[in-house]
Amino acid sequence: MTAVAPTSAAEKPVEPPPAQRKLRRNLTPWVLLLPGLLWLVVFFLVPILTSVSASVQQGDYDDGFKLTWHWANYADAITKYGTQYLHSGIYSVLCTVLCLALGYPVAYFIAFKGGRWKSLLMALVIVPSFTSFLIRTIAWKTILADNSPLVRTLSDLHVLKITTALGWTVGDHVLASPAAVVCGMVYNFLPFTILPLYTSLEKIDPRLHEAGHDLYCNTFTTWRRITLPLSMPGVIGGTLLTFIPAVGDYINAQLLGNPNTGVVGQKIEDLFLRNTQGYPVGSAISVVMMVGTLILVMSYIRKAGTEDLI
Amino acid sequence: MTTVTAPPAARPAAPTTTPKARRRSPMAWIREHTLLAVTVVIFVFMLLPNAVILWMSFNRPVGKFDYVWHQFSLDAWLNPCANNEMCHSIGLSLQIGVVATIVATILGTMIAFAMVRYRFKARSGVNALLFLPMAAPEVVMGATLAALFFNTIGPGGLGFWTITIAHVMFCVSYVVVTVKSRLAGMDPTLERAAQDLYATPAQTFRHVTLPLVAPGIAAAALLAFALSVDDYIITVFTAGNLETFPMYIWGSVQRAYPAQIDVIGSLMLLGTMAVIALSQIVGRARTARR
Repeated sequence: MTAVAPTSAAEKPVEPPPAQRKLRRNLTPWVLLLPGLLWLVVFFLVPILTSVSASVQQGDYDDGFKLTWHWANYADAITKYGTQYLHSGIYSVLCTVLCLALGYPVAYFIAFKGGRWKSLLMALVIVPSFTSFLIRTIAWKTILADNSPLVRTLSDLHVLKITTALGWTVGDHVLASPAAVVCGMVYNFLPFTILPLYTSLEKIDPRLHEAGHDLYCNTFTTWRRITLPLSMPGVIGGTLLTFIPAVGDYINAQLLGNPNTGVVGQKIEDLFLRNTQGYPVGSAISVVMMVGTLILVMSYIRKAGTEDLI
Repeated sequence: MTTVTAPPAARPAAPTTTPKARRRSPMAWIREHTLLAVTVVIFVFMLLPNAVILWMSFNRPVGKFDYVWHQFSLDAWLNPCANNEMCHSIGLSLQIGVVATIVATILGTMIAFAMVRYRFKARSGVNALLFLPMAAPEVVMGATLAALFFNTIGPGGLGFWTITIAHVMFCVSYVVVTVKSRLAGMDPTLERAAQDLYATPAQTFRHVTLPLVAPGIAAAALLAFALSVDDYIITVFTAGNLETFPMYIWGSVQRAYPAQIDVIGSLMLLGTMAVIALSQIVGRARTARR
């Protein structure tokens, strides 16, 4: 009797009963998921909740902050920083539109005319990103400096007079102006637009173009009626991948702008790191900003109708 | 005479050419090459800063800031660590990058396997949780994390580990996306074949699955490392008194911007190009051997 029991127990793990196997199959994904998801919950979701609570606190670093349901923080967050919200909004929308306008021809060219140079050209799009983006953004200080060939040419052509009249540049300088900020943003986010655009353009069968031509469409009509609709997933993905980081970006505004080009991100950093009482209002601004971004992104996705973003 | 001999070559082709090709005008030439010209201009726009960085790394700046060309010099290249602070911050960034990459790659790969290979409830919830860190503005993630750390361990507790925790957090989703696409594109019959040949699940994983997914995992790790080493915004909120390389660059815009920073920027570019060239050569050699 006792001799029989161990052998059956030893055989069991090799061939577990169906119920046990089913349990294991149901548990395995969660064992795999849990550590990573836990990390995201603790260090992404919980912080957002903490900052929602922080946004209605009062106090300073020395005495600590207390939860006083001080909703006036939100009133401050929304009313005091109107210009910064406006700048963030204008710059990020402008940046997204320009990135699309510049990125589409490049992605189109690489996808359909790239031939055997395709992968090399795509590498050229990505390779610069491996140099620190701060160093690359600061390089624009050299390119847009007052004595640089580019700026001198623009000045000689009287272009700067027009742009200054429009408020894009300041006097004879391109640096430290809204134009420089947007230029830096477009430069930084262009690869994020090109990559998804290229992915969706590359999937399009070039024979569809021939079909369009056979049916007497000119190149533009073929693009508008065939290529553009088929590349919509790339357009949506590209604009989102550009717009979301652009809204929060304050690197370009800080490095290439002037005190009049302030954006929301700079204010949040100021309030958190250089203001002993600013942390609740800073939290309130980031809550407002995140809710705003999420609403915009969700409504955009719903309108554009793409569900599978990842 | 010459007029007789030349046409025969052209004549048979003439009827087959489309009406468009016959009306070749300068306008058509311009129209055909506009796209090329536009693309070239945009590529110049994208690559110009890298060229400037390389150029300015050979500069001997007049004042403290290496923004305007003055004189050729090899100073910066010969003494890249003339500024001790800079090399120290690079060391810190590399340490954080390595630790964060290892953790994020392991966590993200596990999630990717679960997502592709198993059915489970709450899949859409998991998807949303993975998507949100990619969709939230960086400054919001940094600020909210700072709020969490202030509330729990206090401002004094910020340092190496808080930076690393933050970097793992924003890298995981990118690892998942990268590994997932590799896994989804894999031929499932290969694993079934291994099992038909009496491989245990562990053996199948080690000898079949892992080698096939490895390029995806490597790409994900590379991406995570690049994201970590280059991050400024989230880092500045979680760093406390420490200074990573991006934070050092940020500070130099206020203090002094040495040409050494451009040397590092050039090395990053040349290093990446060398890695790509090497992988191309290795890949070509491998296909040639087959």
